[in-house]
Amino acid sequence: MHLSLTAVCKTFGRGRAAKQVLDTISFEINSGEFVALVGSSGSGKSTVMRLIAGLDRPTSGTILMDGRPITGPGHDRGMVFQKYSLYPWMTAADNVAFGMTLQGLPAREVRERTGYFLEVVGLQDAAGRLPRELSGGMQQRVAIARALAADPKVMLLDEPFGALDLQIRESMQEFLYQLWNRTGLTALLITHDLEEALLMAQRVHIMAPHPGRIVRTVEAELDRGDLGALRVDRRFLEVREDLARCLRGLSQETVTPLPPV
Amino acid sequence: MRLSAGLWRRLDHPWVLGVLGILIVLVVWQLIAASGSVDRLFLPSPAGVLAAGSAQAEAGILLADAIASIGRVLGGYALSMLVSLPLGIAMGSNRIICRLLEPLIGLIRYMPAPAFIPLLIIYFGLGELPKVLLIFIGTLFFNTLMIMDAVKFVPAELLESALTMGGRRLQILTRVVTPFIAPQVLDAYRINMAAAWNLVIVAELVAANEGLGKRISLAQRFLRTDEIFAYLIVIGLIGLAIDLIFRLVLRRTCRWAI
Repeated sequence: MHLSLTAVCKTFGRGRAAKQVLDTISFEINSGEFVALVGSSGSGKSTVMRLIAGLDRPTSGTILMDGRPITGPGHDRGMVFQKYSLYPWMTAADNVAFGMTLQGLPAREVRERTGYFLEVVGLQDAAGRLPRELSGGMQQRVAIARALAADPKVMLLDEPFGALDLQIRESMQEFLYQLWNRTGLTALLITHDLEEALLMAQRVHIMAPHPGRIVRTVEAELDRGDLGALRVDRRFLEVREDLARCLRGLSQETVTPLPPV
Repeated sequence: MRLSAGLWRRLDHPWVLGVLGILIVLVVWQLIAASGSVDRLFLPSPAGVLAAGSAQAEAGILLADAIASIGRVLGGYALSMLVSLPLGIAMGSNRIICRLLEPLIGLIRYMPAPAFIPLLIIYFGLGELPKVLLIFIGTLFFNTLMIMDAVKFVPAELLESALTMGGRRLQILTRVVTPFIAPQVLDAYRINMAAAWNLVIVAELVAANEGLGKRISLAQRFLRTDEIFAYLIVIGLIGLAIDLIFRLVLRRTCRWAI
């Protein structure tokens, strides 16, 4: 699997109302890589993901998947959304099975793979429950299992833990990293959380807003044997602080500190 | 103080208060009728209405009328439900179809359905067809617009998830959109059923051989207000029963949404 974006631009609207959201975005993802896009809101990082998913078209530039241009959505590019996008009338198992039934897989294979992917995310006991009966973290695990079960070549994760509590988010980050480590999937993570990106991704692209563009790329070669320890590792914190300073410099919104009392 | 609080808690139940409201009206009605201050011809007593109703029931007229009216409603409304579902989904999911039809439907919707009766009689005579068609055109556009609105509010994430799992357009309409809007569709059907029930009575008042509306207009000719009251109550009860059936179907089929 090889995904490449070359000089991708995106403008919404026409004429005087036109607004450029992406300016010459170029990067690549190879099979088995975990890449992250980090930026504040307005940096167009979600738009990049929608273009790769085929849900929107670029205004100019090319996006190639294994050498072929992307013309629309397909199951080779699975997506996990920030907001819970599970089908509320389906059980967890039916949600996981849904993509496979859309593709017309035989019932036996659907059943087997559903069981397998529920086990991968540790939710085999929740198979018969409706989404509303699951916690936020469990719902996102089902959403990840559902995306995986549809057999994607690359997983697009759009702030997948953005709506979760801090503690659950940390355990989900470790879960996702272990999942990547174990299954060798290829992932593109979008987040505004630098720590989250640096914990999991080997390559982090920093995006600046208005219009969205990549201003810095970091190869984060860190020892990820123990994510809990990595969070407080000195070198990790240095890299994080350096990038945080970069992000702060890019932000157009400045908050005036309160005057001393 | 504690006693009254306990009593209030027992009363504070949807059924108890609902029945109480009906009982109050019945008692006031009985009191006014018994006082003799209103002519019996205008306001028959509850007992008189009950007697008139049971006389009609024993003669088998009430049942035959009810069956005739319910049959027309079922025919016209089933057709309306059947056509409005795909039409509403098509309008809600396709911008071109929506722009093409929305102004047209918006216009027709404001033409009162009973105003079509003369035309329908000219076209189709006095049989069952014009009555069934009246219910059909009188409810079709309300159902369609409500279904269209429900489709427009399906969250984009649900549609896009299906697209990124290899779903095709038609699959998304049948397997994502339709189940998601099912509760709203059933509710739209339930609400607009009231219009269907109104229209059948109107159609029968104008021209029919039997039916609840027809019996009311006959009773008027013979100044049988007790029969009119009895039939009005029956019409209300059948409508209520249909409403409850729709609620039951919703609760049974869409447990996830309740």
